[in-house]
Amino acid sequence: MDTSDIRKNLKIMLDGSPYTVVDFQFVKPGKGQAFTRVKIRNLATGAVLERTFKSGEKLEPADVEERKLQYIYPEGDAYVFMDSATGDQVYVSGDKLDEQDKNFLLENLDVDIVLWNGNAIGVTLPAHVVVQITHSDPGVKGDTASNVTKPATISTGAQIQVPLFISEGEWVKVDTRTGDYLERVNRR
Amino acid sequence: MISPISQIPTTPDGARVQAGGRVLASDERGIMLGDALGVARVDGVRGAPGDLVVVEGEARGGALVDAAIVTRHASRHADLGDVRRFVFDGIGRALVARQSALDAVRAYFADERFLEVTTPVRVPSPGLDPHLEGVEASGAYLVTSPEVQMKRLLVGGVPRCFQIGPCFRADERGRLHHPEFTMVEWYRAWAGWQDVLTDTERLVQRVAVAVSGQPRLRAGERELDATPPFERVRVRDAFAEHAGVDADALVELAAHDHDAYFRLMVDVIEPSLAASTRPVFLVDFPASHASLARRCPDDPRFAERFELYAAGVELCNGFGELTDAAEQRARFADDLRVRRARGLAEPPVDERFLRALDEGMPPSAGNALGLDRLLMLAVGARSISDVVAFDPDSL
Repeated sequence: MDTSDIRKNLKIMLDGSPYTVVDFQFVKPGKGQAFTRVKIRNLATGAVLERTFKSGEKLEPADVEERKLQYIYPEGDAYVFMDSATGDQVYVSGDKLDEQDKNFLLENLDVDIVLWNGNAIGVTLPAHVVVQITHSDPGVKGDTASNVTKPATISTGAQIQVPLFISEGEWVKVDTRTGDYLERVNRR
Repeated sequence: MISPISQIPTTPDGARVQAGGRVLASDERGIMLGDALGVARVDGVRGAPGDLVVVEGEARGGALVDAAIVTRHASRHADLGDVRRFVFDGIGRALVARQSALDAVRAYFADERFLEVTTPVRVPSPGLDPHLEGVEASGAYLVTSPEVQMKRLLVGGVPRCFQIGPCFRADERGRLHHPEFTMVEWYRAWAGWQDVLTDTERLVQRVAVAVSGQPRLRAGERELDATPPFERVRVRDAFAEHAGVDADALVELAAHDHDAYFRLMVDVIEPSLAASTRPVFLVDFPASHASLARRCPDDPRFAERFELYAAGVELCNGFGELTDAAEQRARFADDLRVRRARGLAEPPVDERFLRALDEGMPPSAGNALGLDRLLMLAVGARSISDVVAFDPDSL
């Protein structure tokens, strides 16, 4: 594999880490050596960087696979996911998961997992999830300011901030990146 | 007679006319009907985007009113191909701008008393520069530039000539590169490279004005003032200021470490030129990177080669031309050595060109300017794909 194979989403190894190509550009100074400038994202850390490869330079493909898996249960420090089509189970150690994301790992939630040489190195949750409020004290009556929130516990045991009008047993949509309440969801 | 819909905006009010075009959009009043060159409202008819229709109606205020459908051809492809490219994506309007640019180029050279020439596209040798790969064409090559044949015209006594035509370079594909592109190339005998720098400035200004009405180039949100004179920056000064490489180190790097030299060029020098709010000439390249240019009389480590950059886009490459047959032969031999060392193709040396230099070429200067790139900046397009009729992907 060399620079002529570079495409968006191509997975390559660089300095011992797997990267995915976010963007690329053919660069050639007048009557000069041709280069391919790439913007690549580290699949383990998410860091984005730019590199300039000489045309024809050899690239090492990264044995990386992206799969959509379903979360089933925690096991010790690890989290167990399953491919609902094949029944394959994948163990992901806790340190590969963002602390925030752990709050929203709901049973049967579909997540994107990046596997490198068969090991999970990255887990991406959907942008938002719908969770049930398992415990929240009633809001103080008469306080109608719309931006006032109160703590609430959700089914995973994590605590989030919700508006005062949300009560126990209700379902709400939450942004998994920020942990912010988005809206109330009607669900029996 | 059926008018193209793009002519309706200039049709006198009150005329009852038939017009043909492509349905772009529809609402409760009627449709927007267009072709590659323009668009007009047609009230009183219905249609689905993509339909090819002929309508009849009364011209009023640049639109057709009280219209009825005469014929309709429903598009059989949900995903429009050529119609999308030329009508919806605006490539048709870019082709109109292209014609304005071509007219401006021809008008400039007519004013300067140049002869327009057409030299063969298929030639015995595509040139030997190790960084340009020719495209083979049944025992010969397609031109990477018409340079050699145009210089033979100078030797033959044509004092000023220009050419607008296709050039071919294998393996080049990107936002600013196509394997086939349009070059404007010109040569002035009995003149120096400063004269050709002046041609270049004036040509860029005239094309910009012809296309947009103003001496202005655009790249994304940025606007560049294309009023001459443009700044001249020597390669050695750019390397000293932006890369901390002095003239001696630069000469050494350029001759012996091509990779490092070109990396600095694309990663440091070109981005620094891109920041300028006006086009800027990069001049006096290391002689080792100017195989057809004359050496600078005051410092033979450098050669009379220049490039013009606008918004980081290299627009041209020009030379005070090398006219010495022996030195040209030696540089060809160097190029072939580099080609052999890198395992590249080894096209033949053009002996007729060397013989012509030996007959005596007048002191001359010339330039090769990428018309597609200049047009791209004149209309404010993102890629040269947006200013050619067909790019490699749509061909």
